[in-house]
Amino acid sequence: MKTIFAKSVSGRHAENLVLEPAENAPRAADMLPAELLRKQPPRLPECSELDVVRHFTALSRRNYSVDANFYPLGSCTMKYNPKFTEQVAGLPGFTRLHPMLAQLGRGAACAQGALQVLYDAERWLCELTGMKAFTLQPMAGANGEFTGVKLIAAYHKARGRKRTKMLIPDSAHGTNPASAVLAGFEIVNIESRDGMVDPQALARAIADHPDDVAGLMMTCPNTLGLMETHLAEIVEELRKVDALLYYDGANMNAIMGKMRVGDVGFDVVHLNVHKTLSTPHGGGGPGAGPVGVSERLVPYLPAPRVERREDDSYRVNFDLPQSIGYIGPFYGSFAVLAKALAYMMRLGGNGLTRASEYAVLNANYLRKRLEDVLDIPFDRICAHEFVASAPEGLRALDIAKGLLDRGIHAPTIYFPLIVKECLMAEPTETESKETLDEYVDALREIVAEGREHPEKLAAAPQSLPVRRLDETAAARNMILTEDMA
Amino acid sequence: MSNPADLLYSASHEWVKIQGEEAVVGITHFAQESLGDITYVDLPAVGDSVSADSDFGSVESVKAASDLISPVNGEVIAVNEALADAPEKINADAFGDGWLIKVKLSGKPEGLMDAAAYEEHCKNEQH
Repeated sequence: MKTIFAKSVSGRHAENLVLEPAENAPRAADMLPAELLRKQPPRLPECSELDVVRHFTALSRRNYSVDANFYPLGSCTMKYNPKFTEQVAGLPGFTRLHPMLAQLGRGAACAQGALQVLYDAERWLCELTGMKAFTLQPMAGANGEFTGVKLIAAYHKARGRKRTKMLIPDSAHGTNPASAVLAGFEIVNIESRDGMVDPQALARAIADHPDDVAGLMMTCPNTLGLMETHLAEIVEELRKVDALLYYDGANMNAIMGKMRVGDVGFDVVHLNVHKTLSTPHGGGGPGAGPVGVSERLVPYLPAPRVERREDDSYRVNFDLPQSIGYIGPFYGSFAVLAKALAYMMRLGGNGLTRASEYAVLNANYLRKRLEDVLDIPFDRICAHEFVASAPEGLRALDIAKGLLDRGIHAPTIYFPLIVKECLMAEPTETESKETLDEYVDALREIVAEGREHPEKLAAAPQSLPVRRLDETAAARNMILTEDMA
Repeated sequence: MSNPADLLYSASHEWVKIQGEEAVVGITHFAQESLGDITYVDLPAVGDSVSADSDFGSVESVKAASDLISPVNGEVIAVNEALADAPEKINADAFGDGWLIKVKLSGKPEGLMDAAAYEEHCKNEQH
């Protein structure tokens, strides 16, 4: 398919209703230094309105989304997002509000509804996780991780000590080490034993780095989809050396209403609102990664914070002298947070609990039904997702491509790294039994095909706009430019 | 492919060829096979020091990015420059042309396996 630039024809254009600027309005040349001005107009594609409409409609038809098909991508919680949350976020009272308003003089009086959304969202998240307070500012999960790790650094710094090590189990999310390194920490890898964080390995790592362990970052349930069984011991080990516990909330969809991480003893948690609380994910829209903290970390939260006065009015507080500062613009992804609040309020506490129960039930149903199709390395009750290996002689990549041919998005493959030829599926609570059965049937068919006609499976997919891509050549010989001339 | 008997092996799948005071380091055939097609290798510079059990670079494949863990202590005296443009040499010849770095050893390497012990180690890892 041609790019929009390749479809450009000189002089072609569309009609629209842009108003002419006022006659004596200042022009860019009046305001900017000469060296910042363009010498020639930007080389944008020149197309008619119909060219543009057809181009993007064609692209959207080639797109694959959870609105159209099953999307069992493990570690990502690709649940269906009900449309009513879009209505809430699209209310004109929100969309027409300028983010500066609440910070200007008496402006906060004109933004009370929006401030209440932020305040209430924070209270709901606190209730859901058992944390003392949340910052809603981080723009998505990894930004939330960075915020959380900076909070841990601020805690130790305020006590006048330098701690350089962050402990991270090998079953944690891949972004955890990256976030910790970005915040200036060195990583100490903790090897799992039987799919679990090993308290003895943890104790050894702490002993190996006396007075130097800042904290532990855990993903729980972990990336194998397994619930940790030694949480109490782990918390105790870290408490002994006043190191903090970070909970990666990416897998929150398994535990809503079942476990509150604050009650367990975690000090920091980030939530991927765009996973658990049903706001569009990834390419579907901006994310939000609120970070919750225990009482001892509250003073370091990013500024500003939305507070409620005694007369039930809301204000934006910038006067936070120990704050780690600004993490994102204004108050975070407001519309995303409004959707999350709408979702939480619509489901209520019982509904959220039921969502987690169904998510776990669906994953276990799939795991059990796939026992004679794939290799399941951990034969025990899983949480919201589970890992499987391609059966002997078959490759995870080929199975994934075979699924694409059958109209199903592939699960996560080759992650986590500690499982060979890994296929990691997360069905979420929104999928029906019929859909799950179709997935099982498709996998059974693919595995049989891989055994009987391996050349056929190796050639999949056949039915998509592009066939098997040469991923190696694409990675070794990247061409990332578009000729816009 | 069998693991050459004149090399030593680490649990994290690096091989070492000791040549007097120097050692050549690479990743094993088993490692390259598990990684799949290698697309990029990040190596240290000549003069950098490496220490046993610490990472000295990384290797990226279509499946994953993995740290390279040094099996020895010492100073880097040569790196395989050819890998920058042709990382596939590791897939093609992990024990030969696909070598990674040459190290001037400080101290005798410890805790490494011989070919037979390493083969056993790989067998256990496959499960």
